[in-house]
Amino acid sequence: MRWSDNAKITAKLLALAGGMLVFALFVMPPLYNAFCDITGLNGKTGKKYEAVPASVDTERLVKVQFVASNNENMPWMFKPSVVSIKVHPGEPTDTVFLARNPTGHDMVAQAIPSLVPFDAVQYFHKTECFCFHQQTLKAGESAELELRFIVDPELPPAINTVTLSYTLFDITERVSANRNSDNKNTDS
Amino acid sequence: MAHGPQPGFKRWLFTTNHKDIGTMYLWFSFAMFLLGGCMALVIRAELFEPGLQIVRPEFFNQMTTMHGLIMVFGAVMPAFVGLANWMIPMMIGAPDMALPRMNNWSFWILPFAFAMLVSTLFMQGGAPNFGWTFYAPLSTEYAPPSVTFFIFSIHIMGASSIMGSINIIATILNMRAPGMTLMKMPLFVWTWLITAYLLIAVMPVLAGVVTMMLMDIHFGTSFFSAAGGGDPVLFQHVFWFFGHPEVYIMILPAFGIVSAIIPTFARKPLFGYSSMVYATASIAFLSFIVWAHHMFTVGMPVAGELFFMYATMLIAVPTGVKVFNWISTMFRGSMTFETPMLFAVAFVILFTIGGFSGLMLAIAPADFQYHDTYFVVAHFHYVLVPGAIFSITAGVYYWLPKWTGHMYNETMGKVHFWLAFIGLNVTFFPMHFVGLAGMPRRIPDYALQFADFNQIASMGAFLFGAAQLVFLFNVVRTVQGGRKATDEVWDHPQGLEWTVPSPAPYHTFSTPPAVR
Repeated sequence: MRWSDNAKITAKLLALAGGMLVFALFVMPPLYNAFCDITGLNGKTGKKYEAVPASVDTERLVKVQFVASNNENMPWMFKPSVVSIKVHPGEPTDTVFLARNPTGHDMVAQAIPSLVPFDAVQYFHKTECFCFHQQTLKAGESAELELRFIVDPELPPAINTVTLSYTLFDITERVSANRNSDNKNTDS
Repeated sequence: MAHGPQPGFKRWLFTTNHKDIGTMYLWFSFAMFLLGGCMALVIRAELFEPGLQIVRPEFFNQMTTMHGLIMVFGAVMPAFVGLANWMIPMMIGAPDMALPRMNNWSFWILPFAFAMLVSTLFMQGGAPNFGWTFYAPLSTEYAPPSVTFFIFSIHIMGASSIMGSINIIATILNMRAPGMTLMKMPLFVWTWLITAYLLIAVMPVLAGVVTMMLMDIHFGTSFFSAAGGGDPVLFQHVFWFFGHPEVYIMILPAFGIVSAIIPTFARKPLFGYSSMVYATASIAFLSFIVWAHHMFTVGMPVAGELFFMYATMLIAVPTGVKVFNWISTMFRGSMTFETPMLFAVAFVILFTIGGFSGLMLAIAPADFQYHDTYFVVAHFHYVLVPGAIFSITAGVYYWLPKWTGHMYNETMGKVHFWLAFIGLNVTFFPMHFVGLAGMPRRIPDYALQFADFNQIASMGAFLFGAAQLVFLFNVVRTVQGGRKATDEVWDHPQGLEWTVPSPAPYHTFSTPPAVR
């Protein structure tokens, strides 16, 4: 088949439009996330950190503050056990957040971390964090949510205080919806 | 080939004629302009006094949202496509658009898209109420159920725009008369060529962002939901990556129209033609790297704020070149001030004011004060109303005698101009002051100290609305009859469209004209 000039340019431009749609749907979100991971933008702290042997910088003390808040209608009690700790860079530190489900039904929650200043994000490592998993609490149940972190000795000297905040989201409906659809899939 | 239009409504339903389709685009956009205008008047009536008196806050939010969506996608963009359909084949000496059947389709899906969008007003939970920028999660987790209809209507509008753009590019690149080289094309053709590329590049991004919303709402993904590991700020980046080129989509064809009108009434050739072409291309390029200036307050690193601030200010350079060229074209020209020229001159002055307030907003540290205030509303209405609307109006008055074969009523045109000019400034100028004083946008109530300026703005809005009825009346009368227009219409205007008879016959340039 011989293509006319109009058909050729139409095909090219449609390909461009399709390419831009793919770019928006499948390239921009991962690109944005990668960009945020590299730069620490939005304070998203990274995935689980495998501790490497590092010398503890006992000369230096960095203050780590903890903030806990609930998203919108989340009814849980949620707070840090201590509001701030002074740590030596390189030293693994444990702390816990306290959570209680005061409602009469079982709920699932997801904590989303954010750290300021953004410059410090890549120097703050979590070897264990409750935010890596969903948290399920039965009606009236309480829990201590564990966090273990290391402040990297490479933390820029200008930074003396970092603030780690967690926002707790109610994902009960989302989880049960997924479970239902999973059940449906296994049934069929 | 049939030599005339089919009789009856089938002419409009099945037409593949660029003039018929252009006419339908223009009437459709005018209907949308009046509808969106009525919504603006609901907003201004509510804001006439502090406190809540006419509409509920929920409905007020639906009005601001629908006003924005209808004006951007229903009034301004289809009007430019309508002018492109009418004028581009006649300006480049082509018999019709390159893809006439697709042309018909790209028009006829629009009424369905807008019927769907407007029908959400009557649905349970009301119409979209999250602002025309539909930031997630307001437009996902907290949206009314009608958001799905909104998403599909955006998809259809996007498809329509993309098809229209493909058609325009194919026409311009393949259908030019022999001798019509690219650098001989009228600027309206040039600006539309560049605009069409912008549309093809960014309308899919808009379709992508609403698709991600759809997935988040109905299919359990978390593109924009922090609870599932997504990020609402991503929405703003993707949206404005579409949104900033979109604002140039709404202004570049306007530059082309004004660049056609000013030389005619200044009786001088356009000053700096090639610099106009390069300036348009530069603006189009820069539009892709400035999007985050809409979101200075989301928490960007200083380096990002600086980059987007300087890149934004850089746009003032090519835009300044254009304003300089228009003024130089008028300088020492034998100027007369018929209605199209009045609108074109007002465009140059008022668009420049809007550009200056844009520069003020571009200053990142100052933007924290202006962000989401009425100063922003004043700014973008100063660029869109005198920019897009005035230039479309100017274009309609300029080419109406060619389309209909009749002269419009000059006195009525001048009355329309002055009512619109005064109404516009009375409406939008006070918004700068209340915005700087801290009045937030999109709120149905306001603090008492803003009452005086808001009353003035509301009165101006009704004056501006009334002026458009004069326009409608004038156009209808011109279509029906009036003084016979000559083929040239104006005093030695440049361009191939003036070499065909008035009214332009159903088929023009069936044999290509000779271009010197």
